[in-house]
Amino acid sequence: MIGRAALVLLLIVAEAGAAELRSGYDDAGPQTRATQDDDTVNPGFLWVQQGAALWSQPAGAAGTSCASCHEISAMRGVAARYPAFDTALGRPMTLDQRIEQCRTERQKASPLPPEDDTRLALSAYVGLQSRGMTVRPRTDGPMRPFLEAGRTLYMTRQGQLNLSCSNCHDGLAGQRLGGALIPQGHANGYPLYRLEWQGMGSVYRRIRNCLTGIRAEIYPPDAPELTALELYLAARATGLKVETPAVRP
Amino acid sequence: MARVLLKIPRTVRKGESFDIRILIAHPMESGQRRDEGGQVIPRFIINRFSCLYNGELVFEADLFPAIAANPFFEFSAVAVNSGRIVMRWVDDAGVGQTETADIVVT
Repeated sequence: MIGRAALVLLLIVAEAGAAELRSGYDDAGPQTRATQDDDTVNPGFLWVQQGAALWSQPAGAAGTSCASCHEISAMRGVAARYPAFDTALGRPMTLDQRIEQCRTERQKASPLPPEDDTRLALSAYVGLQSRGMTVRPRTDGPMRPFLEAGRTLYMTRQGQLNLSCSNCHDGLAGQRLGGALIPQGHANGYPLYRLEWQGMGSVYRRIRNCLTGIRAEIYPPDAPELTALELYLAARATGLKVETPAVRP
Repeated sequence: MARVLLKIPRTVRKGESFDIRILIAHPMESGQRRDEGGQVIPRFIINRFSCLYNGELVFEADLFPAIAANPFFEFSAVAVNSGRIVMRWVDDAGVGQTETADIVVT
C-alpha cells in the first residue's frame, strides 16, 4: 500500500523533473556532434547508402523490392510516429519489426537477425526520411496498456545491481558513471553509429548493453517487453527531433 | 567492394587549395581483440592509402592497427589542372580498391 503510493509519487517527481528534454546529441562532445552533422563524414551514412541500394533490389521469393510497393518519399514521417499500432496483430510494432515483417511475409525473404547489416541499413534509410521531424508516437486508445507496460518496465528495478532505467536516466542524468556523462537516454537517433561499437547498432543493441551493465537477464530480440519499452521511450522523447542516423560516443 | 563516403569539390579555381575527404567502410581489426571463445581475432586492416591527382602523388599514408574502424581521411591539394583524382588503398588480404573523381579547374 505504502509502496504503491511511493511509486506514484516517484512517477510524478520523475515526470516533472524531465521537463527539459536533452537529446544524446546535446550531451555529446563537439567533435562527435560535428561528425553527426556532416553527411559526408557521418559513418552512419555508409549504412544509409546501403539501404538506398537495397530499397530497389528485389529480395526473397516474391521477387519484389521495397520500391515495388513504396515510394521512398512516402516514408517521410514514418519513423517519427513509430512504434505504431498494428491492427491485425493487436499490438504495437517497432519500425525495425515492421521492415522485417515486410521482408519475410510480403517479400518472402528469409529472416535476418536484428543486428544484420541489411536490417540496419533499411532502418537507417527509412529513419533518415524523418530526420528533423518531431518524435510523436500515438499513445492513446489501444496503445495505452502497452505504454503503461513500458513505463512499468522503465521504472522497475532489476538485475543484480537492482537498478531501474529511471534511476540513472531520470534521477542521475547529467552526472557521471565512471568517466561517461549519463544522458537522459532518448532513442531518437536509432539506428546509430556508436564510436564505442565502431559500428552501427539498433536500440535493441543499446538496451542489451544496459541490461548487461546492471547484470539483468536480457530479453530475447522479439520479446514484447522490448516493444513496450521502445514505445515508452518514444513517448518520453516526444518533442525531440529524429536524428537518424545519429553518432554517439 | 567497400562502401565509401567521398567529398571532393566539383570545380575549384586555379591556384586554390581544396579539401579531399573520404571515409572507407572497413572493420580495421587490430589483432588485439579476442572472440567469445578466447581466440585472437586476427589483424585485418587497410595498411596503405594513396591519392594521385592527374598521376601525381599528393597524399600517401601507411596505416597501423591503432586506427579505428571505418577510417576517415581528410587532406588538401592545390588546384593546377582539370583532371582526375584517384584514391587507392590496399588491405592486409592484398585486396585493393580504387575510387576516382573528376575535378574541373577554372
